[in-house]
Amino acid sequence: MKTFNIDSPMHHKTKVFPSPFHSRQAEWNENKEWSRWYDYLSVPSYTDETMEYFAGRNTCGVFDITPMTKHLITGPDALPFMNRLVTRDVSKLKPGRVGYSVWCDDRGQVIDDGTIFHLQQGQYRLCSQEHQIDWLMINAHGFDVSIVEDTHDVAGLALQGPTSCAVLRKMNLPGIENLTPFGMASFDFEGTQLMISRTGFTGDLGYELWIDPDHAEVLWDRLFAAGELHGIRPMGSDALEMLRIEAGFIMAGADFAPALHTVRSKNTRSPFELGLDWLVDFKKPVFNGRQALLKEQQQGSRYALVKLDIEDNKAAEHSYVYDTRERNIGWVTSAMWSPSAKKNIALATVKRPHGKVDERMLVEIYYQRELAWSRKMAQAVVVEQPFWDPPRRRQTPPADW
Amino acid sequence: MTKAVKSALIIGGGHNGLACAAYLARAGVQVTVLEAAERFGGAAVTREFAPGFQISAGAHLLFALDEKIRSELQLEQHGLEMAATALETIGLDEDGDYVSIAGGTLSGPGALDEDKTAMTRYQRQMNRFADVIWGLKDQLPPRMGTTAKDDLLSLGKLGLKIRRLGTEDMREFLRITGINVYDILQERFTSEHLKGALSVDGTLGTFLGTRSNNSVFCALHRFNRGRDYALPKGGMGAVSEALAAAAKAAGATLRTNATVASITMDFDRASGVTLSDGETLEADVVISNADPKTTFFKLLGARHLEAGFANRVHHLRTRGCVAKLHLALDGLPGFTGLDETQLGKRLLIAADMQYVEHAFNHAKYGEYAQEPVLEITVPSVHDATLAPAGQHVLSANVAWAPYDLKGGWTEVARADFLERCLSVLERYAPGLRGQILHSELLTPVDMEQEFGMTGGHWHHVELALDAFLMMRPTPGAAQYATPVNGLYLCGAGSHPGGNVTGCVGRNAAKAVLKGQG
Repeated sequence: MKTFNIDSPMHHKTKVFPSPFHSRQAEWNENKEWSRWYDYLSVPSYTDETMEYFAGRNTCGVFDITPMTKHLITGPDALPFMNRLVTRDVSKLKPGRVGYSVWCDDRGQVIDDGTIFHLQQGQYRLCSQEHQIDWLMINAHGFDVSIVEDTHDVAGLALQGPTSCAVLRKMNLPGIENLTPFGMASFDFEGTQLMISRTGFTGDLGYELWIDPDHAEVLWDRLFAAGELHGIRPMGSDALEMLRIEAGFIMAGADFAPALHTVRSKNTRSPFELGLDWLVDFKKPVFNGRQALLKEQQQGSRYALVKLDIEDNKAAEHSYVYDTRERNIGWVTSAMWSPSAKKNIALATVKRPHGKVDERMLVEIYYQRELAWSRKMAQAVVVEQPFWDPPRRRQTPPADW
Repeated sequence: MTKAVKSALIIGGGHNGLACAAYLARAGVQVTVLEAAERFGGAAVTREFAPGFQISAGAHLLFALDEKIRSELQLEQHGLEMAATALETIGLDEDGDYVSIAGGTLSGPGALDEDKTAMTRYQRQMNRFADVIWGLKDQLPPRMGTTAKDDLLSLGKLGLKIRRLGTEDMREFLRITGINVYDILQERFTSEHLKGALSVDGTLGTFLGTRSNNSVFCALHRFNRGRDYALPKGGMGAVSEALAAAAKAAGATLRTNATVASITMDFDRASGVTLSDGETLEADVVISNADPKTTFFKLLGARHLEAGFANRVHHLRTRGCVAKLHLALDGLPGFTGLDETQLGKRLLIAADMQYVEHAFNHAKYGEYAQEPVLEITVPSVHDATLAPAGQHVLSANVAWAPYDLKGGWTEVARADFLERCLSVLERYAPGLRGQILHSELLTPVDMEQEFGMTGGHWHHVELALDAFLMMRPTPGAAQYATPVNGLYLCGAGSHPGGNVTGCVGRNAAKAVLKGQG
């Protein structure tokens, strides 16, 4: 249910908002630990992050994505607006489809990344990691569009893992198995509309469920009832972090500094520097950052974001990266021991021309054993493919577990 | 590589558009100037406002026309003639104790001895400082953050000019350029009346009062290195006509009654324009004499710009705040204390700095001044072509009258403001009311309509340190080339700003030929 009324003059007393799923999250939250995700309370881990992670890979896990910033963009100029905003060509995104993109400032530096839902002709939902409403309003000048941040009006759950489709089928959502990756569909549900997209942040089979906050709890209950025999369990943000690193997904604030929150210009990154060349479509005559990115394409980028396969099993968090002659060339931005790939993996930023596939590097890892610190210069190699990319992620219809 | 520019379209035949056309045509570019009005000149124009009475409808004094342009384009051969030059500024006084300022020389019954010495020093110093500011007027402003030779050279020149002032003057330059005229005039002069008159130079035409920072900068911008005010024969339109003649002689095509409705884009390049009657024209480059907001939002459309740049243009300060008063008079007006020969000078009504500040205060709150500041000329004293024999025209800039007047410029508001102007005038020129045959009041809203300038702003974009040189109108378009390939600016919104100088047009032509951007 909706846990606060933002229009009430006393709403400041609410401080950090409980999510519309809060009553259910609180029941499951054995650790009684809460973290803050922008305006909302979020759960780092309900019981044990590794168990929750394995639910995401072996059965299915449920993660509350209500706090994600959401915007509704409507009006006759919604498409030209979106196309000027983001780097990729939104005109190719048909109604009922979802697309991932980044958006840049005029210097071609990434402000944020997120997903664009083409809800219907002339209507888009933009989901982002960071708050974007001011940037969107700046972008709206000269366009006939209406832009509303509706973060608080939409409750969301990510249902991720191999049994996720089976759970949804059990909820009697006709045709759910025919939904292709990045597709979406709406269903009548308990007197309201339940929107489901085949999207997620885990690199696996998975869905995101969107509903009005007053139906949040009934959705949770129905979902967990349907999933009881399919290993469903709630997931916290720690487990999600592991899942997304394995999938090779970058995160604002972790793998790059969002341009609008960055004071020192050398610390921002272009899409090319984040390995997102495929998102930049120069066939569009104008989009934010186009001129700067054209120039960068000709003159070269400063950095490369690489996936590293590192020897041994000590996570390379916060490590420096060196070339084979031990010259510092960058640093690790995200790292973990990957239980599914059985590899010690990391995402790292290195200075060009470093960063080519198969390039050998060294990673300086500090680790503790019974409080005693050790240091290791671990061998690492740049790999091209994500560490976790199972065929079931794309298979339609998905297997019925 | 940029290929040589062979053809150009210029949107707007203001004086800068014409100057730009002349220079490009002389360089062999096929130029077409498209002017929406029925005559060239933009706000440097002469027109009839009452049967038999001609007036400079926008700018009414010539004081900043670039000497280089004058000689290079041979404007005298193309018909430019002065009706009067070296006009003193007279700070009027109700009791006739006026002060007269001619360069560094102060005279008149209101002039104090200590102010006479101070005036000489003030003139010398302001001239030196204005030299620094105007020193880069005919150069492309440097781009920031580049290591290109031209940019560094241009920046170096500015630094050198400041350094060359010598320790004492350099300190003073750096101290006062950002501050307000109230403080520096208070430090230098005794007569409240003189300070009032001098403070007008720092505030007229801008949204600044005497105590607003930046007003010293504006005074310096107006300080034209000792050259005084002049009146062209036939009004300010004569300057534009001479420029048009020069452009035509150089081979430019000039069209009036040609309103550009939009700039045409070919993928990511400006390729031409569409006129309001549907006619389309193409060229290698499009150069806009219109103000930045009109150019980028009305003619091009924000959607063709990246958002950061569009946002900067959106926030440019373009609120005009000076009205124009035109009077047709049955005979010479009688300003208390002035003889007939003095009537043709630049006359100021600005009793003291407090008076000026009060006049401005109203504008801050969306009101017009209850007791306005006036800058008056009676050009028909020098130029018989402007009015029937024995009759005269009076032209006055009236401050402050904000564009976005609270409640709007209704008939009632206009009538009331006109009445306030006349009652102030009547105090200085008793009997003036009885001589009025016709009157015309142009508010900033009228000027926006007549001259196509956003906000009716003289300078297109507020004149200030934060909108000067490489900051004018805004980074990304400060070298006349805009972020849109093939689209250039040549209006007062660009360096070095407004007033009838011709510099913007000349610099823009240079930028186009250089193919920068």
